[in-house]
Amino acid sequence: MKKIYRFFKLYSHYISINARCMMQYKTSFFLSSAGQFLGSFNVFPGIFFMFQRFPSIHGFTYSEVLLCFSFILLEFSLAEIFARGFDTFSGIVRNGEFDRILVRPQNEIIQVLGSKFELTRIGKILQAVVMFIYGIKKSNVIWTFPKISAVIFTLIGGTVVFTALFMIYAALCFFTLDGLEFMNIFTDGAKEFGKYPAGAYGKKTLLFTTFFIPYALIQYYPVLYILGHDVPFTYIFLPLAACWFFIPAFLLWKYGVRHYKSSGS
Amino acid sequence: MKKYLAFFRLRSAMGLQYRAAALAGIATQFAWGFIEIMAMHVFYTENTDTFPMDFPATTSYIWLQQAFLVLFSTWMMENEIFDSIVNGNIIYELCRPVNIYNMWFSRSIADRLSRAVLRCFPILIISLFLPLPYGLSAPAGLQYFLLFLITLALGLAVTVSFCMLVYVLTFFTISPQGLRILFTSSVEFFAGAIIPLPFFPENIQKIMELLPFASMQNVALRIYSGSMDNTQIQKAVILQLAWLVIITLTGKILCYFAEKKITIQGG
Amino acid sequence: MITMEHVCKSYKIAKRNAGFGEACKAFFHREYEVIHALDDVSFTINNGEMVGYIGPNGAGKSSTIKILTGILTPDSGTVLVDGRIPYKNRIKHVKEIGVVFGQRSQLWWDVPVIDSFELLKDIYSIPDKQYKQTLEELTELLELAELLRSPARQLSLGQRMKCEIAASLLHHPHILFLDEPTIGLDAVSKLAVRDFILKQNKAHGTTVILTTHDMQDIEALTDRIILIGKGKILMDGTLDSIKNGNGSIDENIASLYHTYNI
Repeated sequence: MKKIYRFFKLYSHYISINARCMMQYKTSFFLSSAGQFLGSFNVFPGIFFMFQRFPSIHGFTYSEVLLCFSFILLEFSLAEIFARGFDTFSGIVRNGEFDRILVRPQNEIIQVLGSKFELTRIGKILQAVVMFIYGIKKSNVIWTFPKISAVIFTLIGGTVVFTALFMIYAALCFFTLDGLEFMNIFTDGAKEFGKYPAGAYGKKTLLFTTFFIPYALIQYYPVLYILGHDVPFTYIFLPLAACWFFIPAFLLWKYGVRHYKSSGS
Repeated sequence: MKKYLAFFRLRSAMGLQYRAAALAGIATQFAWGFIEIMAMHVFYTENTDTFPMDFPATTSYIWLQQAFLVLFSTWMMENEIFDSIVNGNIIYELCRPVNIYNMWFSRSIADRLSRAVLRCFPILIISLFLPLPYGLSAPAGLQYFLLFLITLALGLAVTVSFCMLVYVLTFFTISPQGLRILFTSSVEFFAGAIIPLPFFPENIQKIMELLPFASMQNVALRIYSGSMDNTQIQKAVILQLAWLVIITLTGKILCYFAEKKITIQGG
Repeated sequence: MITMEHVCKSYKIAKRNAGFGEACKAFFHREYEVIHALDDVSFTINNGEMVGYIGPNGAGKSSTIKILTGILTPDSGTVLVDGRIPYKNRIKHVKEIGVVFGQRSQLWWDVPVIDSFELLKDIYSIPDKQYKQTLEELTELLELAELLRSPARQLSLGQRMKCEIAASLLHHPHILFLDEPTIGLDAVSKLAVRDFILKQNKAHGTTVILTTHDMQDIEALTDRIILIGKGKILMDGTLDSIKNGNGSIDENIASLYHTYNI
C-alpha cells in the first residue's frame, strides 16, 4: 500500500514539474497544440469525401466510422501524453540521460514516464472528442450504464495497448538506435488502419487484430456494442482483455534494461 | 554542377551507411501501402460502380506513391535550413559567394533524389511481383512511361520550390513551426496524398486540379496508371510548368527581400 | 570500501571506412572491431579517501565509473562497493552513492532549482527533517541561497555546477563520483567547488572519486592518483611520485603519457 502511495506521489510530482516547465512557454504550448490539431485534421475530410461516394462500408455509416476513428485517435493521443518518455526514448539513450536514471534508486519505468508529459497532444484529443460527440449524436446512441463502461474500458485498454507499443519501441532502443522507424507501422500505422472499423478489412485481418496485436479489441468490438448491434454483453470487457499486450512489452523492456547494463551506450 | 554531384554522392553514401534505417524505411512504406490498399479494397468491394478509378490503377498509384514518398513529402523539410534561419547561422551562408536560393534548391533536390534512389527500387521490384490487382501494374505504354518520368521530375521541382517558399517565409514569421504544420497538412490533403484526387466529388476535383498542389505527385502517378487522357495530360504538364515558374519566381523575390532584411538588421 | 579485482570489459564497434564504394560494401557486409575498454583492472579504495582517476580520452575512465555506479556489468572480475555488487542490486546500491556528470545536467531546465531538489527528495525518499537539515547545510557551504529560486537555464555554468553538486549530495551519499566537475568553470567557481569538496570530505568522511583533465583539481584535492591507459592501470601512487624534478604537473603527466605510449 505504502509503495503504491509513494508511486503516485512521485508520479504526480513529475506531472506537476512538467506542467510548470511548460507554463514557461505558453505561446509555444498553444501554437504546438493548434499544430497538433491541424496536423491530424486532414484525415477527417479524407474520410468525409470518401463517404460522399460510398454511403456505408461493411454496414457502418459515416458517423459510425467517425466514432471508430475517434476512439483510436483518443487512445493514441492519451498514450502520447503519458508515455511520451518511451516515444522519445532514443534521445534519452543517445544523450546519456538513461545513465542518470540508472543511478537513482527508483524503478526505471516511472522515471522514463516522468521525464516527459506531452500535454500539447490536447489538440489532437480535442479533435477526437469533437468527432466522438458527432459520431454518437448522429448514430442515435441511447446511453446505458454498460455502454458508458464500454467507453471507459475502451479508453483504458487502448491507452495501455499504445503505451505498450511505445514501450516495445523504447526497449528496442537498447539494442539498436538505427532503423526503429519501422515501429511506426504499429503506432502511426494503427492510427491509419483505425480510420475504418477493423471488421471491414476482412476475416483474416480481424483475426490478426483480435489475437495478435489487439487493435480490434480497443475499437471494433466495443463500438459494435455501443452502437447497439446484436453482440454479446461480454464485448464491453474485451478492451480490458487487450491489456495482456502489456506483458510481452514489459518483459522485452526488462530484457532490454539488462542488455543495456551489460553493453553500455 | 560538379559540387552538386559531389553532394549527391555524399548523401547517398550517408544513406547507405545507415542500412538499418534504409531497410526500416522500406518496411514501413510497404506496410503503409498495404494498409492503404486494404482500406481502398474495402470501398471497392462495397460498391464497384462508384469507385472512380480502376482498382489496379489505384494500387499502382499507392505503390508508386510509397516508392517515391521522399520526393514529394513536404513534411520532410530540412531542419538544418530552419535551424540556421532561427538561430542566425544563416549569416555564414550569406558570406559565401553563392546564390542562397539556388544553393538550397539544388541541395534539396539532391537530398530527396539520393534518398529516393536508395528506397524506391526494392519497393518497385517487390510490388511488381505481387499478384494483380494488389501489385504494381506495368505502365500503360512506353510513351506513358516516358511522360511519367518527365512529370515526376517536374512534380519534384514544384514540390521543392514550394518547400523553398516555406523556408523563405520563415524569415518573416516568429513561429516557423506553426507555418510549417499549416503548409504541410494542407499540401498532403490537396496533393492527393491522403486520397487520390479522382476520389473527390467532381466539382471539387476540378478546382483542386488547378491548384499548385495537384502539380506535385498527382500528375505523374496518374499518368503511369493510364487514368488520364491525352488532353488532360497536356493540360496537366502546362500547369506544372506554369506553377513551377510562378512559385520559383515568388520564392526568389521573397528571398531577395529576406536577404535585404537580414543585412539591414545585422542578423 | 571499494574493490575491483581483475575487471574486464570490451565492446564491439562497427568499422566504417570512408568512400562511396566502401559504404556500398559495408551495406552488405559489416566488419566489427573489439575494443578492450578495461583489461584486467584491479584497485582498492578505502573509506574517506580522495582519489584522482586520470587518463587520456577513451582510456576506460568512464567505463570504470559506470561499473562502479551499477550502470554497466563487467564481462569478468569482481566488484565490491561497501560489500555490495553494484550491478546486482542497483536500487539498493545507488541509494548510497552520488554522481555528478560534469557535462550533463540533472536539473530541470525551466523551473527554479529548488523544484528539482524537491523532486529529488521524493525520488530518494529523503525524510523531511533530514532533507531540511542537509539543504540548509549545503545552502550555506555552497552559497546557494540566491540561486535556488532561479530556473537552471538562467544560471551561469559555475552557479549551475554548484547546484548540480548539491543535488547529488541531498541524500547523504557515502561515496561521491565526480566526472569532470570543473570543466568549463571560471577560476572563482573552480576554487569554490574544490574548497567545498574538501570540506565535504573532512566533515562527513565522504569517499570521493574524481575524473578530470584538470591537473590543478588533482593537485588541490587528491593525494592518490590512479592512471589508466588503453584499459590498463598504469600507475597507482601518490601525487609526489609523479613529480620528478621541476616542471609543472601538466608537463609531468604529459611525459608520463608519453612514457606509457598512450
